[in-house]
Amino acid sequence: MGNLIWILVSAMVVNNFTLALFLGLCPFMGVSARVSTALRMGAANIFVMTLTSVCAWGLNTFVLPYAPYLRLISFIVVIASLVQVVEMVIKKVSPTLFRQLGIFLPLITTNCAILGLAIFQTNRGYDFLEGLFFALGAGLGLTLALVLMASIRENTELADIPSLARGMALVLIIAGSLSLAFMGFAGLLSAT
Amino acid sequence: MRDTTAQADLLRGIWRENPVLIQMLGLCPALAVTNTVANSLAMGLATFFVLVGSSLLVSSLRRLIPHEVRISTYIMIIATFVTVADMGLEAVAPDVHKALGAFVALIVVNCMILSRQEAFASKRPIGRSLLDAAGTGVGFLVALVMMGGVREVLGSGSFLGYRLFGDAFEPWVIMILPPGGFLTLGFLLLTLSWVRSRRAPESGVREWPHGVASRRAA
Amino acid sequence: MSGDAHPHGTSPVPPGAAPPGPPRDITPPRLLVTLGGAGVLAGLLIVVAYQSTQPAIQAHKAEVLRAAIHEVLKAPDRYDTLYVYDGALRRRLPDGVGPQGLETVYHGYRGTTPAGFAMAAGQPGFQDIVRLIFGYDPATRTILGMKVLESKETPGLGDKIERDTAFVRQFDGVAPPLSGVKRRGGSRAAGEIDMITGATISSRTVIGIINATLERLGPALERYDREAPR
Repeated sequence: MGNLIWILVSAMVVNNFTLALFLGLCPFMGVSARVSTALRMGAANIFVMTLTSVCAWGLNTFVLPYAPYLRLISFIVVIASLVQVVEMVIKKVSPTLFRQLGIFLPLITTNCAILGLAIFQTNRGYDFLEGLFFALGAGLGLTLALVLMASIRENTELADIPSLARGMALVLIIAGSLSLAFMGFAGLLSAT
Repeated sequence: MRDTTAQADLLRGIWRENPVLIQMLGLCPALAVTNTVANSLAMGLATFFVLVGSSLLVSSLRRLIPHEVRISTYIMIIATFVTVADMGLEAVAPDVHKALGAFVALIVVNCMILSRQEAFASKRPIGRSLLDAAGTGVGFLVALVMMGGVREVLGSGSFLGYRLFGDAFEPWVIMILPPGGFLTLGFLLLTLSWVRSRRAPESGVREWPHGVASRRAA
Repeated sequence: MSGDAHPHGTSPVPPGAAPPGPPRDITPPRLLVTLGGAGVLAGLLIVVAYQSTQPAIQAHKAEVLRAAIHEVLKAPDRYDTLYVYDGALRRRLPDGVGPQGLETVYHGYRGTTPAGFAMAAGQPGFQDIVRLIFGYDPATRTILGMKVLESKETPGLGDKIERDTAFVRQFDGVAPPLSGVKRRGGSRAAGEIDMITGATISSRTVIGIINATLERLGPALERYDREAPR
């Protein structure tokens, strides 16, 4: 159990997917400066990540030992299909949510974080439960980073920033500061 | 069809529409593997191979791919080339492959490659597509090596593994850690922005496609 | 997998600049044929690449393992691969049991004399998981050597567990159970390891990995050593 907690906490803050592992930067940079949108994007990501983790575990255990070279292609196909299915389900269940998420859902397909999750999980040889906790931690960490970035950007809209720095340069410098702050989590729950 | 010259197709991707610095695509590898120049070179070359290969294939098959499933087909083609590049790199340079880690496989979700297929290779003949892909690939390589150069020199005191400074140099370790990646790219963009503003002081309008922080997007 | 999932629509060519090409019918058979054809082509390419690269990849992996065992067992002539199965070390597994998922221990030999066991293990360190391989001789109950295989510890501080040769050499001939101390130089009692200044957690991780692995596998190692053919 302690191992599972470490996996969750490590994926969430110590080795945050966005701020330490550099995955999921497209939505991170591109998501608007609205906390509500960031939360929704994060929630969609958590959902897709947990499903992906389960499917990746299934593929790794039952299918891929016979054809390891098909790993990448099968992961991509699974992720794209999952996103398609999730999109259809959300459209049926809650059209308002679907409209609010809008363009974000298809974007999750090319989100390096989802594929990165599947690949990391494979490389570390996580079993079903470990993979699930890993995905949960990664998704929560991603959401955390998104929300933090969105709330900071909301505040900078009214700040007096030189026009040279506005835009991507500012976002990156903010991200750098966040990443620096998250480095403080290193050593959390490690062996003492 | 807009008449762009072959030379324009080639040179466009290298600087004026550099995928990393201008279009802000392919950021994940640009930040993750640029802690040494050697890794930057390897990633740039691997991406170049995938980009040119998939553009070649997409352009050759462009009349055969139905419109509805084109994205899926492009992704499958790109994934094939990435798998080949991954295995090739592991066989030829296992240490570099270990240093790049999962990011070789992540080339497949590099938005830059998909956007080149969608915007160019699926509509143009093979020759032009190759030029466009080569230009974009070189631009990516250039941006990565720029980042890698700054980070390795400041963070390890070396360039391509050769020590540059004496023992008195205290390496700025944060540069080879994640925050350094973000900050390096941020300041690189800042510098470019400043250079542009010096060149065209009268136009207060920024040319970045990814706009200004004050945009109230949905 | 359909839809215009185009993440960053900033293409330099204005949309609609190119003519759409000859009209295509969208019959399902045509879709299937195209996708199927592309799939077969892709599969062929991958399989060819796989077959041609696998020998080099496996050779390199074997060489890395051999070099690591060579270092921690102090140059054995050869080694056997043993599997941890059912609480004991076995050279041959019972029928129907594959080596997947089983922990491996390497038994080195110098001529016909056993030269100790090498085993790899990992645990979370300061930043991420640290993996190392170490050699152990059950006859003398000493550790023969230690080598860090993978670590993402802080460069300049935690990564000294790999680079600091003085730290690594402490593990040659030390008797477990290990304990970390912060004394600099001077005399050390049995089993004490001087931890790296500024990298206490990373050092403790290395010590913890070795202690935990020996606690778990120690009895099995000793039993095998007693019963091993000389």
